Amino acid sequence: MALQMTKHAMPEQDAQVRAHNFDEVALGYDEETAIAEANRCLSCPNPRCVQGCPVQIDIPGFISKMKTGDFDGAIGVINESNALPAICGRVCPQENQCEMHCVLGIKGEPVAIGRLERFAADRALAAKNEVKPITYAADAKKVAIIGSGPAGLSAAGELAKMGYKVTIFEALHKAGGVLSYGIPEFRLPKEKVVKVEIDNLKKLGVEIEFNSVIGKLYTVDELMEEEGFSAVFIATGAGLPSFMHIAGENLNGVYSANEFLTRCNLMKAYKFPEYHTPLKVGKNVAVIGGGNVAMDAARTSLRLGAEHVYIVYRRSEKELPARLEEVHHAKAEGIDFKLLNNPVEILGDDNGNVEKLRCIKMELGEPDDSGRRRPVAVAGSEFNLDVDTVIVAIGQGPNPLVQSTTPDMQTNKRGNIVADEETGATSKPGVFAGGDIVTGAATVILAMGAGKKAAAAIDEYLKNK
Amino acid sequence: MNKILKKELLSPSVWLFEIEAPRIAKKAEPGQFLIIRTNEEGERLPLTIADFNREKGSVTIVFQEVGAGTSLLAQLNEGECILDVVAPLGKKTHIEKNMGTVVCIGGGIGVAPIHPIARGMHEAGNKVISIMGAKNKDILILEDEMRAVSDEVLITTDDGSYGIKGFVTTALQQIIDRGEKINEVVAIGPVVMMRSVVEATRPYNIKTVVSLNPIMVDGTGMCGGCRVKIGDEIKFACVDGPEFDGHLVDFAGLLSRQRMYKDKEKVESDHVCNLTKIKEVL
Ligand SMILES: Cc1cc2nc3c(=O)[nH]c(=O)nc-3n(C[C@H](O)[C@H](O)[C@H](O)COP(=O)(O)OP(=O)(O)OC[C@H]3O[C@@H](n4cnc5c(N)ncnc54)[C@H](O)[C@@H]3O)c2cc1C
Ligand SMILES: Cc1cc2nc3c(=O)[nH]c(=O)nc-3n(C[C@H](O)[C@H](O)[C@H](O)COP(=O)(O)OP(=O)(O)OC[C@H]3O[C@@H](n4cnc5c(N)ncnc54)[C@H](O)[C@@H]3O)c2cc1C
Ligand code: SF4
Ligand code: SF4
Ligand code: FES
Ligand SMILES: [Mg+2]
Repeated sequence: MALQMTKHAMPEQDAQVRAHNFDEVALGYDEETAIAEANRCLSCPNPRCVQGCPVQIDIPGFISKMKTGDFDGAIGVINESNALPAICGRVCPQENQCEMHCVLGIKGEPVAIGRLERFAADRALAAKNEVKPITYAADAKKVAIIGSGPAGLSAAGELAKMGYKVTIFEALHKAGGVLSYGIPEFRLPKEKVVKVEIDNLKKLGVEIEFNSVIGKLYTVDELMEEEGFSAVFIATGAGLPSFMHIAGENLNGVYSANEFLTRCNLMKAYKFPEYHTPLKVGKNVAVIGGGNVAMDAARTSLRLGAEHVYIVYRRSEKELPARLEEVHHAKAEGIDFKLLNNPVEILGDDNGNVEKLRCIKMELGEPDDSGRRRPVAVAGSEFNLDVDTVIVAIGQGPNPLVQSTTPDMQTNKRGNIVADEETGATSKPGVFAGGDIVTGAATVILAMGAGKKAAAAIDEYLKNK
Repeated sequence: MNKILKKELLSPSVWLFEIEAPRIAKKAEPGQFLIIRTNEEGERLPLTIADFNREKGSVTIVFQEVGAGTSLLAQLNEGECILDVVAPLGKKTHIEKNMGTVVCIGGGIGVAPIHPIARGMHEAGNKVISIMGAKNKDILILEDEMRAVSDEVLITTDDGSYGIKGFVTTALQQIIDRGEKINEVVAIGPVVMMRSVVEATRPYNIKTVVSLNPIMVDGTGMCGGCRVKIGDEIKFACVDGPEFDGHLVDFAGLLSRQRMYKDKEKVESDHVCNLTKIKEVL
């Protein structure tokens, strides 16, 4: 039988329907399609795909089990390297990672590795396999984890399995980090996926202390000297929103993407007034930026009732940093991409509300440090977009709360914690760090990988202590 | 979950809650605030830590029922629990020895957060002159508490029913005019009050600290919703403040941003009001 050169399509909600609800867009394979897609894999003896996966899942290994319908076996292989496959299968930028390297990608489309991983993981989640609680030794050492995003969660799981008593300190009233407050329900279901993963950790015996802002309630030193923790893993993410510093940015109707998505996802403003947190979405919305965060804010606006939503991005389509699938989905839902445009000013009415976004056209010049061609303004090309909401999604930096109260821990000039790439060790003994707080805003799988590596290093450190 | 140890009505629609919170009581300092979530559907409400008792492990809040969130909070009773309390947030007030004469001004329920500051200033050995302002005598709160931590107290009422007739700035001007050397003013109250205090001290170049209350969500620097313009800079009130140099604050911008959800707040308040009625009928 000739090899099919394209991926098996994954069913999804119709674009016109889904643009008005918060249900998941991509519906996942059924068993038959999963097996058929698995059969496209050539089981390469030197699998290139694995090099592209930051946690080096044995991809041909799990796929070959799927070929025979052994899904339990498949998830077993995946879990050896990845504790949160239902999440990664959904949100990894596969086209830049595992799938980018797949040999089938040379002539056709790569194997749909992410979709297969998602299928195996969802099946395991649905089966609700019992998690066995761990019996901790009476003298088990205590490890504190700051932040419950993917880095913190994966470190917690690993350490608990090694027999350490783990407490996660989380600033918010809910666990998950960006998985809970950032990435929307329609891309990553909270009850079905995120909550189940977190509940499983709790069943292992991991404790989560909510409403606990480290740097305020306790410092890192206090955790180690007064609260009895032998080691600390800092996984506080990249939570500090950047603004553009242009005129009009304090007008009503201008949001950081973090605020907009937090109000919607964490505080459930989409169910207002049943849930009491308000959110202001006008008829016309402009989202500034071209990454996943921008796509999420744009598509959320649409679902909250906006009639026309623009993405304003200063480079061209080729440079959009968002996952390809999100760009496709956004376009199908009717998001209007204003590429090669840069905002210069936000104009308001007499009541202090946003009325217009003034932009200038850009063209691509010489490559910059990042290797991408630098956008340059076209003189005299300013124009106004009529909008009542502007959402700024141009990036996030490190929140300084923990670093500023831990003076003997080294940070770099951007404020990120300096940590060893392999171990997560910081300049302060017993203190490790990983995820976005070290790398700057990156990906779920990289954060998870960092948590896992740090757990191993913490184990090593505590054994030798 | 934090238990309400004491609930007291201070004046019509102004409540004092003492809340069990040992971890927070250990760390809280004057000038800091907490964020409360009353129920699963509720908003995150920022409220100043009006007092803390480290031995007892409790903190006190004083709040006014102004909308859905605060009225839901007011419905909780002694012995019941608040779903979430996160604190201490924000920077503490700058208090040290030898600051000289400090005028502490509290307007309306602003008296509650000014009280621990006045106490701190007094305990550090500074001369504390307090000004308490209210619309009328009946709604003045915490007078005895303020007298206990001040060298002098001036009271103003809008209608003259008690103390000096006029505003807190009337009393402040009297202190300035009598030749008192003021080293610092700390003012907490409605935005318009803080703005008038700042305008009153500006000509005399008296350092004036105000505590800002923009709309907040997380209180940890994560959303930027609480941003305020201070001089040429944009600051996040929850982590950079809430106290700022009053002479640099863009009060007009703050007032405008506080009005952002006016129409939504009405919907929310009607919704909660109906729910409360349904509960009463059942
Ligand atoms: C809207 C959005 C969409 C995204 N989409 C994708 C995607 O499709 N694919 C992908 O791979 N990546 C995506 N990312 C990036 C990805 O989510 C992050 O790289 C990842 O979550 C980083 O994980 P982390 O554990 O380092 O931090 P986070 O997920 O940021 O978690 C940090 C946690 O620490 C807590 N915290 C912070 N400070 C303190 C403190 N002082 N005390 C206690 N707790 C604290 C925070 O509340 C938070 O819960 C997206 C990000 C956003 C914002
Ligand atoms: C740092 C800080 C300290 C505060 N301390 C006190 C205090 O000690 N006592 C007290 O009574 N009040 C205090 N407030 C104000 C209090 O938070 C608001 O009165 C309360 O949130 C109103 O909520 P609501 O749902 O009852 O009313 P709504 O009808 O929703 O709102 C009424 C008004 O309150 C303001 N407000 C609404 N939501 C928020 C929010 N999430 N954050 C801030 N302001 C909001 C808006 O200006 C709004 O117009 C403080 C605010 C801040 C930021
Ligand atoms: S974890 Fe991500 S990169 Fe690795 S195989 Fe799965 S989808 Fe690909
Ligand atoms: S490179 Fe592609 S075909 Fe080869 S093992 Fe990996 S997924 Fe299968
Ligand atoms: S309240 Fe979100 S940054 Fe201040
Ligand atoms: Mg409210």
